[in-house]
Amino acid sequence: MKFTLNWLRDHLDTTADAAALSRALTDVGLEVESINDRGKALAAFRVAHVLDAKRHPEADRLQVCMVDTGDGVPVQVVCGAPNARAGLKVVFAPPGTYVPGSDITLKKTKIRGVESAGMLCSARELELGEDHDGIIELPADAPIGASAAQVLGVDDPVFDVAITPNRADCLGVHGIARDLAAAGVGHLKPLTHSAAKSTFTSPVNVTLSLAGAESACSVFAGRTIKGVKNRPSPEWLQSRLKAIGLRPISALVDITNYLTFDRARPLHVFDSDTLTGHLVVRLAKPGETLEALNGKSYELTGTETVIADDDGVLSLGGVVGGTSSGCTEGTVNVFVESALFDPVRTAETGRKHAIESDARYRFERAVDPATVLPGLDEATRLIIEICGGEPSQTVIAGRVPEGHKTVPFRPSRVMALGGAPIPENEALSILERLGFVAKPGSDRLEIAVPTWRSDVHGEPDIVEEILRVKGYAVIPAVPLSTSGGLPAVVETVPQRRRRDAKRALAGRGMMEAVTFSFMDENAARLFGFSDERLKLANPISAELSVMRPSIVPNLAAAAARNAARGFGDVALFEVGPIYGASPADPTGSQRLVAAGVRAGKTGPRHWADRPRDVDVFDAKADALGVLAALGVPAANVQTVAEAPPWFHPGRSGSLRMGPQATLAHFGELHPRVARALDVPTPIVAFEINLDALPQPKKTKRGAFQPSPLQPVERDFAFVVDDKVTADAIVRAAKLADRALIDDVSVFDVYAGGAMGEGKKSVAIAVRVQPRDATLTDAEIEALAQKIVAAVTKATGATLRS
Amino acid sequence: MDDLEQLKSELLRAVTDADTLDQLESIRVAALGRKGRITDQMKTLGTLSADERKARGAALNVLKDEIAAALDARKAAFESARLEARLAEERVDVTLSTRSEREGRIHPISQTMDELLAIFGAMGFTLAEGPDIEDDFHNFTALNIPPEHPARQMHDTFYLPPGADGTPRLLRTHTSPVQIRAMMASPPPHRIIALGRTYRCDSDMTHTPMFHQIEGLVIERNVHMGHLKGCLAEFVRAFFGIENVPLRFRPSFFPFTEPSAEMDIGCSRSGGELKIGEGSDWLEILGCGMVHPNVLSNCGVDPNEWQGFAFGMGVERITMLKHGIPDLRTFFEADLRWLRHYGFAALDVPSLAAGLAR
Repeated sequence: MKFTLNWLRDHLDTTADAAALSRALTDVGLEVESINDRGKALAAFRVAHVLDAKRHPEADRLQVCMVDTGDGVPVQVVCGAPNARAGLKVVFAPPGTYVPGSDITLKKTKIRGVESAGMLCSARELELGEDHDGIIELPADAPIGASAAQVLGVDDPVFDVAITPNRADCLGVHGIARDLAAAGVGHLKPLTHSAAKSTFTSPVNVTLSLAGAESACSVFAGRTIKGVKNRPSPEWLQSRLKAIGLRPISALVDITNYLTFDRARPLHVFDSDTLTGHLVVRLAKPGETLEALNGKSYELTGTETVIADDDGVLSLGGVVGGTSSGCTEGTVNVFVESALFDPVRTAETGRKHAIESDARYRFERAVDPATVLPGLDEATRLIIEICGGEPSQTVIAGRVPEGHKTVPFRPSRVMALGGAPIPENEALSILERLGFVAKPGSDRLEIAVPTWRSDVHGEPDIVEEILRVKGYAVIPAVPLSTSGGLPAVVETVPQRRRRDAKRALAGRGMMEAVTFSFMDENAARLFGFSDERLKLANPISAELSVMRPSIVPNLAAAAARNAARGFGDVALFEVGPIYGASPADPTGSQRLVAAGVRAGKTGPRHWADRPRDVDVFDAKADALGVLAALGVPAANVQTVAEAPPWFHPGRSGSLRMGPQATLAHFGELHPRVARALDVPTPIVAFEINLDALPQPKKTKRGAFQPSPLQPVERDFAFVVDDKVTADAIVRAAKLADRALIDDVSVFDVYAGGAMGEGKKSVAIAVRVQPRDATLTDAEIEALAQKIVAAVTKATGATLRS
Repeated sequence: MDDLEQLKSELLRAVTDADTLDQLESIRVAALGRKGRITDQMKTLGTLSADERKARGAALNVLKDEIAAALDARKAAFESARLEARLAEERVDVTLSTRSEREGRIHPISQTMDELLAIFGAMGFTLAEGPDIEDDFHNFTALNIPPEHPARQMHDTFYLPPGADGTPRLLRTHTSPVQIRAMMASPPPHRIIALGRTYRCDSDMTHTPMFHQIEGLVIERNVHMGHLKGCLAEFVRAFFGIENVPLRFRPSFFPFTEPSAEMDIGCSRSGGELKIGEGSDWLEILGCGMVHPNVLSNCGVDPNEWQGFAFGMGVERITMLKHGIPDLRTFFEADLRWLRHYGFAALDVPSLAAGLAR
């Protein structure tokens, strides 16, 4: 909402300057976004008189002007404007002036050998418009030496205030003045309006035909004015509209625009000579069309409120007028509309047809019903004042809604809810200045809400009114009470695990990324996306169009971007949501996962350590590392060679707990997927389903009882079928004697060469922990036999000799 | 007994002259071995008279010990020299780089969230959660934003296909639906924060389609706007680590709070550098207010009995302010250089006990 200082002063009797008003506006909740004080910016530009203009001796298109700037001695200025001529009053800028429109500071100079001491300016050079065809021509009576900004009427600071959606009353300058007056920054000037002296009955009549949709337009008032002369608006009106960024069109149009901003009262003027029959307010019929004043045409669906005549739709009520009945230079007889349109329907129509207009903006936020008739009268007065003409009697269809709303209010709530010690009489005085009327009730006050405050519904609204006008600064800060003891545990187990997973992965040398929850659909399909319900209806771009089924593609893409910048060795992770159902949660739509990728080499080239390509075991180590950090017992986690299809089928796996719960996948990305994503290889990834992790068990640890006996280590090498997993051998060996065997680990795997086709050798180290007494050689030998037997039985292995 | 003196000096000279451990060993064998010269002398003791035997025996023992000690000393010297030589040979260039270890980083968003958790946890808040994919009811309707309310246009909402029952599904535009879920899940009082991803259909220099918010909700019997101010003042002091940051509460509008406010913190922008806590400028950092009675009613909470406040702010925004990060969009680019520059070490776990920052 924009307005100028002088415009505000039409409604507010105040001595406060722009800065003080700005503070007060922000303090009452009308946040000032900017103040454009053009008078200050253009202070150096003065009115001057061109005494003489001759052709430049060296250039046909330049003129040498002698200019009286009011300083006594005429100044010589070389000017290229075609309209520079003797006798003209112009805008003169002396050397040293900063010219905002061309971003230069003037210097005394020579142009083609002729001295030039300043500049005669165009509108564009002053940032007052786009016109650069010639210099500004000031009125002949403009005083020489006076401020050009003042003469041009642009010395009035322009306020731009952010109006929150509840404050429809402040979409007019008068409402803003009311708030300022309530805050003690001057006095509100009452609106004067006189009912026009009508001499005849309006030849145009109006009916509401809204059966079933009466709220669409509760009242429609209007009157005919005949014999008007539509001409350009007077200077004061034009300059105010220009100051707030509106283009003056013609007096009839400008007047409606002016009252829209002055009183938050949108109006419309029909050229009544274009009408066929009388006006009717009704809902549109599907398929009806309107050529609107914004130059676009609309096909209506049937929900819109329209004003129509016998020939069809004339305008979209409260949104936009139509060209067929619009005012032109030749308009003589008009019908002025002042109506009340329903906020919901207005918003719907505006949104449906994507029409932004100042009228829609106000009607959808609710226009003060009490402005219907005074607004019509004020428009009539201005039209007659500027365009002449004779007004008819008013025609009214419907009824102005009564709007006698009262809200119960306990003054004690100002303290109890607002925390502010404001005395009751002061609180009531604030309400009164805002237009509220307090009446005593039984145990509380009844506050009558003014018609322009449709946003006020209850006691908290009244408390806010008092607080905001007094200023929130009066509320003392009070510490939030505590129970007295220590605060409760803040996080649940999953919440803590989410944080711990991040710290664990960062501790493993990975960088935490945060990437978008949505991604490219084609990439998502490579990672199992298939749920159409997770496709955005209105994505911001095709690259961000579906909810991600995995974080891996985002991280892989990030790895590729880093590689393209010359950082190919990447270790990135993200802990965050993925979307879609899962086998474990078929109805769910969101899961928390920890995912990571490693790409390139394990490190930079090094004099002692040869870096190697990242491989599947790096990803497996990351996944297991996170599980360990989150307290998942490693002994219960089983690795299986099964993973989703976006992984390399032979270099990927899953971590499981029991047959059901899959905790994580890991592996090398499938080369086809890597190619489709255009990411460099090698690249490995893991994704841990944090939601699937078991709840930690609160188990009490037993006493610490270290064995006094030395453990014994024995090595075995088995020849097995290539398909036998290391895990199967290790498990079989462990189960050979659960009491004595402490640990089994694989220390060598060898295939090819002497092993022959389809065979491999796996060497394990078995650590035996005697329990009661040192084992004899015979006992150890017996145990070794048991181990060999167990492994052979489970895997078909033979002991390598 | 001159012969023993003679023998001693001979043997000692031999020890001194020895150049290798092998030579020393042969000297030892020649002197003290089974057939060594001293051993031989020992063997002759039996032929002597008791007195002579006693005196000569003692002298031989002394000689034997002296020779053994000389051999040991010489041997130790050899070994020491050999060790010195080995050590000299084993010298490495310690200025060479160590085997590389990767240094991981925590994203600034995570770090800020951990800080917020520490601060509000100490004030008795617990962490609540809700889904990113919300319905119309939780994101708007329950928050007193009816379908045609202009405030819905303040939220550029991402929509998903409607649910089976036709209800609009959307990506939450703020963390406020978590308030609704918390209040509907259990009876008051409530003191919760919610942290998480939020989405708006907006992308330019200062907006990204996804960002993070923190939401706070306190519902008690007697909590009022003064407590809201007190709570947020404590937060600002703890989060920015600056005492007496000027705070300004401005009236504003949110459909779900009444009265509503926006909070600004004092700052200066002189020389293009933003400094929190000094100067005459203001910087908006959050929206807040007293929970609207309609919101309480929508959640089955009696507004005549309970009241409270709520606040919400952008996690990236306060992170940018705290650490001077200039561009919002860089948060989501996963640029390793940026993460290394603005990220935090794994062990930088914020706690009030240790201080929020190192």
